[in-house]
Amino acid sequence: MELRKSYFADVRKDDLHEIGQARPRSDSPGHVTGKTTFFADRNFPGMLHLKMVRSPHHHARIRSIDTSEAEKHPGVVKVLTAKDVPHNVYTILILIQIGPEDETVLADGKVRWKGEAVVAVLAETERAAQEAAAKVKVDYEVLPAVFDMEEALKPGAPIVNEYHGQNYYLYDSGECRKVRFGDVEAGFAEADHVLEQSYQSSPIEHAPTETTGCVVAPEGNDRFTCYTNTQAMFFTLDNTSIILQMPGSKLHFVGGTVGGGFGGKVDVIVEPIAILGAKLTGRPVCFIYSREEEMQISSPRAAEKVVIKDGVMKDGRIVARKVTGYTDAGAYSRHSPYGAQKGAGHYPGPYTIPNVWIDTYCVYTNRTPSSAMRGFGVTIGDFALEVQMDKLARLIAMDPLEFRFINAYRDGDMKAHRQPTEGAALIECMQEAARAANWPVAEKYMAMSSYKKGA
Amino acid sequence: MAKVPVQFTLNGSEKAEFVDGGTTLLNALRDKIGDTSPKGGCHQGTCGACSVIVDGELRLSCLTLAETCNGATITTTSGLAEGGVLHPLQRAFLDTFASQCGFCTPGMIMAAKVLLDHTPNPSRDEVVEALSGNICRCTGYEPIIQAVLTAARANSQNAA
Repeated sequence: MELRKSYFADVRKDDLHEIGQARPRSDSPGHVTGKTTFFADRNFPGMLHLKMVRSPHHHARIRSIDTSEAEKHPGVVKVLTAKDVPHNVYTILILIQIGPEDETVLADGKVRWKGEAVVAVLAETERAAQEAAAKVKVDYEVLPAVFDMEEALKPGAPIVNEYHGQNYYLYDSGECRKVRFGDVEAGFAEADHVLEQSYQSSPIEHAPTETTGCVVAPEGNDRFTCYTNTQAMFFTLDNTSIILQMPGSKLHFVGGTVGGGFGGKVDVIVEPIAILGAKLTGRPVCFIYSREEEMQISSPRAAEKVVIKDGVMKDGRIVARKVTGYTDAGAYSRHSPYGAQKGAGHYPGPYTIPNVWIDTYCVYTNRTPSSAMRGFGVTIGDFALEVQMDKLARLIAMDPLEFRFINAYRDGDMKAHRQPTEGAALIECMQEAARAANWPVAEKYMAMSSYKKGA
Repeated sequence: MAKVPVQFTLNGSEKAEFVDGGTTLLNALRDKIGDTSPKGGCHQGTCGACSVIVDGELRLSCLTLAETCNGATITTTSGLAEGGVLHPLQRAFLDTFASQCGFCTPGMIMAAKVLLDHTPNPSRDEVVEALSGNICRCTGYEPIIQAVLTAARANSQNAA
């Protein structure tokens, strides 16, 4: 690896001696000897197994729940329903004042997606818990469901989540996150060409080799140790404290060893109900997703739709960009309002465009709640933006890389969301990429710099 | 439920346990004997994280009943290092950064060991084929393939 110390020389100390050096990972010796302790490697005498009864319907009213047969099943110790959960309606980001609370730990009166947790069964063995879960009788009245974001936004669509009251997240800016910069319509009027294209993606599952789960052990003093593979230890601790109405001092979380996460283990799902089970039974509890649950129940990356309309000049300048982004949150918010908001800031791309209009919607549907995954809110947007850039270059018969040099943001440029560009280095990265790929680029672009004279 | 006696040699030690009929070798090793190096990633024979060596052959311990292993000789990744010295495969996995989250690593090392036991100097294609039953979601496989080839080279140099 080559380190170009000339870049950012004025903003960092010249002591980056670790860059480009291979250093042993501190956790690798444990991994290669099988000694690394993952949460499921903890085993406690008398540990109970938790299995979840899940909704077979995408959207339904719960008329009644009958757990009597399950409770009689040999080996069953406790059966939990919504009434057992002290603060059953929660939302993860309430910790940073992003409400409303819109999701139930255990379904109460309604289910809003296929696979939603309804009843938790705790038993001496995994098999007993599974068998007893199959004996829980839930009487559902199936309701109309909506699976498509544009359908969900139409008047008269079934309301997915009553805690919101409409099928989109209501930001303080209204029905969507908005970025307004310059005059986008004037830009389109001035443009030599206008190109509008639509891009969309399906949900993507992280599929970690280690499934989501936790093991909880009561410490005997009304305190509980929770061994978990969460990627969000303190979000989980604080949300569990809210859901169980227990002070954080009663909760001892042990984690950090995660068998693959990729964003799929940032939601607070298994820990509160497992700790509640341990509290109500006084026994250790493990709640581990099966592979099927990991694939079907855990949050995927959101499905997204991105509509991009660009005005471009024959000389290669993009003069106007209008983006409407839709993020499919599924039935509950989790991290999606944040993901959609990130998209709003990101959508102009790393380009300086004088007229920008962006709307991003976080939409509720009766699909599996989506959440974080590697650059969520941005990754699908980048796919759409860069395909759009190639299409624009073709439209004006320009080399796609040279087209990007013309529009690349440079230090001092004002971005659409009113943050001045600093430390861009995009030009320099593209120059290196062109050299590495042996891609011919005109000399004037190879002589450009992210530092503008006088900036 | 009636208990079934099982007895086998694990990493050189005699082990005897009573398990429920139908208990998998994976659960017997992890929950009864306390060797948690084999991992349960799918419990349906698709991910390879539970791979162990039974009488010299690679086996998915999640699909192997413990009671069928009576008298067997079983090797797991936790038994590979001798006297605190890493096995060449373990050393190679460290050196090539073939382990990220580490969850697939014990199973990968088992699959690689069976390959090298049978084929000391494998081709790259043979390595890829031997690891094809083991899923890794972090590395993109390339460092793992390099680790196995590196270990094979180290072995042949030691033998020379």
